[in-house]
Amino acid sequence: MKLLVAVKRVVDPNLRISIRPDGSGVETAGLKTVVNPFDEVAIEQAVRLKEAGIASEVVLVSIGPAAAKDTLRAGLALGADRGVLVQSDGAEVECLAVAKLLAAVARRENAAMVLLGKQSVDNDAAQCGPMLAGLLEWPQASLAARLRVEGEKLMATCDTEDGTDELELGLPCIVTAELRLVEPRYATLPNVMAARRKPIETVAASSLVDAAALAPRLRTLKVEAVDTRRHVEMLRDAGELAERLQELMA
Amino acid sequence: MNVLVWAEQVDGRLRKSALHAVSAGAALGPVTVLLLGSGAERAAGEAASVRGVAKVRHAANDAAELTAESLAGLVVQAVRATEATHVIAAATPLAKVTLPRACAQLDVMQLSEVVRIDSPSTFVRPLYAGSALATVESTDPVKVATVRVSAFAAAPVGSGAGGEAIEALELHVPASPTRLIARNAKNAVDVDLADARVVVSGGRGMSSAEQFKVLEPLASKLGAAVGASRAAVDAGYAPPERQVGQTGRIVAPEIYLAFGISGAVQHLAGMKDSRKIIAVNKDPEAPIFQVADIGLVADLFEVVPVLERSL
Repeated sequence: MKLLVAVKRVVDPNLRISIRPDGSGVETAGLKTVVNPFDEVAIEQAVRLKEAGIASEVVLVSIGPAAAKDTLRAGLALGADRGVLVQSDGAEVECLAVAKLLAAVARRENAAMVLLGKQSVDNDAAQCGPMLAGLLEWPQASLAARLRVEGEKLMATCDTEDGTDELELGLPCIVTAELRLVEPRYATLPNVMAARRKPIETVAASSLVDAAALAPRLRTLKVEAVDTRRHVEMLRDAGELAERLQELMA
Repeated sequence: MNVLVWAEQVDGRLRKSALHAVSAGAALGPVTVLLLGSGAERAAGEAASVRGVAKVRHAANDAAELTAESLAGLVVQAVRATEATHVIAAATPLAKVTLPRACAQLDVMQLSEVVRIDSPSTFVRPLYAGSALATVESTDPVKVATVRVSAFAAAPVGSGAGGEAIEALELHVPASPTRLIARNAKNAVDVDLADARVVVSGGRGMSSAEQFKVLEPLASKLGAAVGASRAAVDAGYAPPERQVGQTGRIVAPEIYLAFGISGAVQHLAGMKDSRKIIAVNKDPEAPIFQVADIGLVADLFEVVPVLERSL
């Protein structure tokens, strides 16, 4: 059983971002990038399925510029076997186009399961997984908090508004990972070294889908910074806070 | 312009988030509310009484427990049947897993977590955990958007189109490739986080699951919902559905009380739009004080009982 994991190169979420002076977008040049934290969870889950003898191979796929190769290397150091870089130069690839590219790779690789993080920490759109499932017409376990494979079936516990749903899915299927699905391991030095020798294939985005599929549907008119800082009034003690709270509640 | 608002209902009752979605949709034009699944017809009367609603369409009343796959197929059919130009839903966990699947079938992009609608094709949405706002224009023939509940007021009930606006919509329930085995609902009696006027949240400073419970009597006196930071959820002090933040619930209550929460960016993303933010933390350097209106450097375990007794 071959598993495909989609990984996105994102700006380290611990960094403070700035907006380009012309308001055309977020300035990402020169900032440290990491594997999207939710995708790390998806990689960990896939690697565990391989370690349990259920999966035969874990393939990572990333869509982005040549620099996304480093992101794939970081993912390979967590135990995946090989990488596919779908190279797209220039403009940002929208979720729908990403889903179309991932669908093409999933078919080409004959994947039994595609795992993704539930969202990326830059765009926060949380669309890619269910969009991919819709394009492939595969079942989906979205916001998965726990899963296990039983023969040809996937049993998943998925988060909902009120709690969780227990789902049974046939394969192939799509999984989007919640943070608590599994805890990602740290890459050990030997694994980082080993990852350097693992193969990464580069394919052009335009070779997988036609130009219309990549055409943007959205136009960003402007991006503004949000200043969340407020002027804080520091109180002396709990008694004073109790008074203020009573006033606010009145 | 045909504005379709998919309103979630549970056993014939609208979810409160649906009222916020209607008010977002009503900013565009008269709203057609779409109700799906068992209980849809029973919820129709309530939906028809919501201000801004012109029509109510209910479908798949015989279908208990619909999966995201079936719901996505129903939404696609409803879009075609009503010739919708816009599909709006509250950004709930169910909409987040369902609408992108429908978008794939409609071959359109989705606008996620929209906080403002500037024109029928221009939407404002947050990026980078709310550190930036993007104004985005959609060129798709059908605009599909999930809207952030905290950014749109709930549409008032009691002044809608009334019963004549209700009609059944004949849709075919697509077979689901996923089987729903069990649905586990928790905390049904708690005050809903998204709708609470006051939220009392705890972070890593709560120290343990046992000690996290000290917030409950205070929350109960304030009529507040209890929230938690990701650190508290990761440490097992609070269940995941209580998590407030970038990857949890987004809230904007009148009063947000943060106890033992340091104020990581991803937490701020979930509560920074609260009217008044009160922070109690032992660490005077905690970033939470930069976004708070009222701060107190103190041991929360000494402060919480004082507040509770004073109310």
